[in-house]
Amino acid sequence: MIWNSLAEFADMGGYALYVWGAYGMTAVVVGWELLSLVQRRRRATDELRDWQAFDGDDHDTAA
Amino acid sequence: MPTSALPPLAQPAQRQRWRRLAAPQAFYPLAGRLLPGLWALAGGLAAAGLAVGLLLAPTDFQQGDAYRIIFIHVPAAWMSMVVYLAMAFWAGLGLVLNTRLSSMMASALAPTGALMTFVALWTGALWGKPTWGTWWVWDARLTSELLLLFLYLGFMALQAATDDPRRADRAGAILALVGVVNVPVIYFSVRWWNTLHQGATVSATRAPSMASSMLLGMLLMVAAFWAYSVAAALHRVRSLILEREKSADWAARLPEVQP
Repeated sequence: MIWNSLAEFADMGGYALYVWGAYGMTAVVVGWELLSLVQRRRRATDELRDWQAFDGDDHDTAA
Repeated sequence: MPTSALPPLAQPAQRQRWRRLAAPQAFYPLAGRLLPGLWALAGGLAAAGLAVGLLLAPTDFQQGDAYRIIFIHVPAAWMSMVVYLAMAFWAGLGLVLNTRLSSMMASALAPTGALMTFVALWTGALWGKPTWGTWWVWDARLTSELLLLFLYLGFMALQAATDDPRRADRAGAILALVGVVNVPVIYFSVRWWNTLHQGATVSATRAPSMASSMLLGMLLMVAAFWAYSVAAALHRVRSLILEREKSADWAARLPEVQP
């Protein structure tokens, strides 16, 4: 550990704006992608379920 | 259909296995089994890389702590190019062999590649300001990376604007393949032209010009970004398979779509 205090860590040797701006934006876009992945998956399974309920009798479930 | 009445295919077993895996029906569960491990790997490597990079690596004697942007900037920039090459490869394979899954893989990679490119540009701007005194310059490295972002966005916009999925696959593939010439331009730009952007810090042929803990942090973050990109693309391609195989019996029988 190279930092003596949390304040020193947060200050990043005076470059806090640049360092945390870089890490913060990365966290935001990665979080956004993870959320959109989960939403897309939920939408896909929901649609498939609806589709199945709509014409479920036609499917050959034995095969 | 009485498939058992057909004569067995005279093919080597190896080839059959590959062909089976190329079917969305076989690939979907396989990707599903790989995903938990890949997400865990990405999270673990990122935690380790951030700990080394932000807590253990020493302050740089020239750049101070501003250099710590390297731990996301370099991995994101590398992945922006690697993902593009992978996307162009799968798109091209889908175009030539007419395999649906290859084309779906290309479409699944595009948003993650665009994200990596955006992160590389954003972190580069925040690194450029304190070290070069400017957020942006129109030099070869930065301009070709910006072009890469537009290639990703163009690929996604073109596919979104085309209704027929197979036509969208073909149109996207042509755009992706034309744009692939930009990748070596990005990579070699710092050697071919006089750019403000520095040359490679890490190369396979000589000792790296950085402290070992800095290098370790960066390599951990590269591995983390790599695992993340694979996981995100596989997760997305599974949704894409379900969207396109809506009327397939195998999809309707999946446990996750039972009421």
